[in-house]
Amino acid sequence: MDSKQKVLMKGNEALAEAAIQAGCHHFFGYPITPQTEVAAYMAKRLPKIGGTYLQAESEVAAINMVYGAAAAGVRAMTSSSSPGISLKSEGISYMAASDLPCLIVNVQRGSPGLGGIQPSQADYWQATRAPGHGDLHILVFAPASIQEMVDMVFKAFELADTYRMPAMIFADGMLGQMMEPVVFPEKEVKQFDKFSWATCGHQGKRKHNIVNSLILQPDELERLVVERFKRYEVVKANHTECEEYLLDDAEYVIVAYGATSRIAKSAINAARDKGIKVGLIRPKTLWPYPSGVVAKAAEHAKAFMSVEMSMGQMVDDVRLAVNGKVPVYFFGHTGGIVPTPFEVLEQIEKMAGGAL
Amino acid sequence: MDNHVVLAGFGGQGVLFAGKIMAYAGLMEDKNVSWLPSYGPEMRGGTANCSVCLSKDPIGSPLVLAPDLLIAMNLPSYEKFIDAVAPGGIAVVDSSLVDQRTSRTDITCCYVPATTLADKKGLKGLANMILLGKALEQTKFASWDAVEQAVLKCIPPKKQHLAQPNLEAIKLGMSL
Repeated sequence: MDSKQKVLMKGNEALAEAAIQAGCHHFFGYPITPQTEVAAYMAKRLPKIGGTYLQAESEVAAINMVYGAAAAGVRAMTSSSSPGISLKSEGISYMAASDLPCLIVNVQRGSPGLGGIQPSQADYWQATRAPGHGDLHILVFAPASIQEMVDMVFKAFELADTYRMPAMIFADGMLGQMMEPVVFPEKEVKQFDKFSWATCGHQGKRKHNIVNSLILQPDELERLVVERFKRYEVVKANHTECEEYLLDDAEYVIVAYGATSRIAKSAINAARDKGIKVGLIRPKTLWPYPSGVVAKAAEHAKAFMSVEMSMGQMVDDVRLAVNGKVPVYFFGHTGGIVPTPFEVLEQIEKMAGGAL
Repeated sequence: MDNHVVLAGFGGQGVLFAGKIMAYAGLMEDKNVSWLPSYGPEMRGGTANCSVCLSKDPIGSPLVLAPDLLIAMNLPSYEKFIDAVAPGGIAVVDSSLVDQRTSRTDITCCYVPATTLADKKGLKGLANMILLGKALEQTKFASWDAVEQAVLKCIPPKKQHLAQPNLEAIKLGMSL
């Protein structure tokens, strides 16, 4: 791509611009560092193009406004950071239960509690296990660069609409705040006909639609959940994505996503220079998780290591996929500390030397 | 050559802007670039800083811990980062605001009275660009053409009249 077409943009601003270009003209949010630029960008742009920007009175209100807008059949989104996502979790569960598409952005910060404001990946369990109460999943995308953030916003909206489920862009303070060159794809946004289920007005031409998550009959509720899980299986089979880097001859495998994967890559390159055969699996989707790729690598690798900005959360998914075949180690920092390539290299050397 | 840069100073001195110009200059030469600002509580009254990487290869960590170029615009920034500069690296320091001198002999430290010079030469508020010019002369992080294009790109259309003074300040820094 010609460098002249590229612009430098902050991750948060690129996310917002990508959402607008993907046809999302309805944003509801509440400010929180380090994602506030998403809302600020939307506040500036949406009124000019006839969209709706609304700063809600709370995160709970914001996600319920997204529910309303999505139920009416428009592309809608909200964005927050870790503590704010916890507040939204009730609404996320309601949206999943009502089969509503939307985009939720989590620019993670140090936690638990109010925590700090520096980068973190400690909401992995929340995003992939329990984004809300109940039997449900949401699509979780983990970008590692600003360009990938942009590309994933388009994909997230499209898959959310296709499968009628919420999607999340799972970023962190580093990706939200940093600037990198980015190019916006010039492609037609796929239009979805939501007339058959949305509460969008029908001029008496059909029976009215109802969007609801309250089902008091257990057999009816079970049937709906089981049907939804069949759809989840289709998503798993068709939309699991990951990057494999230097994996073919790898004796040791690092698994890392998002900002951490970039650091891991630098460490892997340095380890290769020292003759250690190490490769990387970088999940681009965290749900669905690329378990198959991890399991396949476990057939020839001697050991795995999950590198995260947490106390070790994704490592659970690596262990499930490796299924006891070889050791799975963990290295990470939490609380807003970003691991350095040097630290990761040290851990790789220890792993290859049998010192872990 | 790859560059790993930290630019630091008080909020309002334009360290983030100077970093953006570096990043854009790298982009103009088809390099991989990243720019990462500090956004923590230190922004409120202490040091604002940003990490900038320019590289032929994809950039791993955008967070620069051992800069090969440091631009320090105030004393707290100088004190915080001078020991982090990689051996063989270069520090460009605004000596109008930093009265200390480093004892390190493994780095090149350029003391430029940028704030005083800016005031004298009618370039008030452009000490950042004078220091950037000195850094450009020392490290050749990009060509002059690339820097010129970057300045024009970073200044919004309505403020293009500011491009000339910015470029002048960079040239002044280069000549020191």
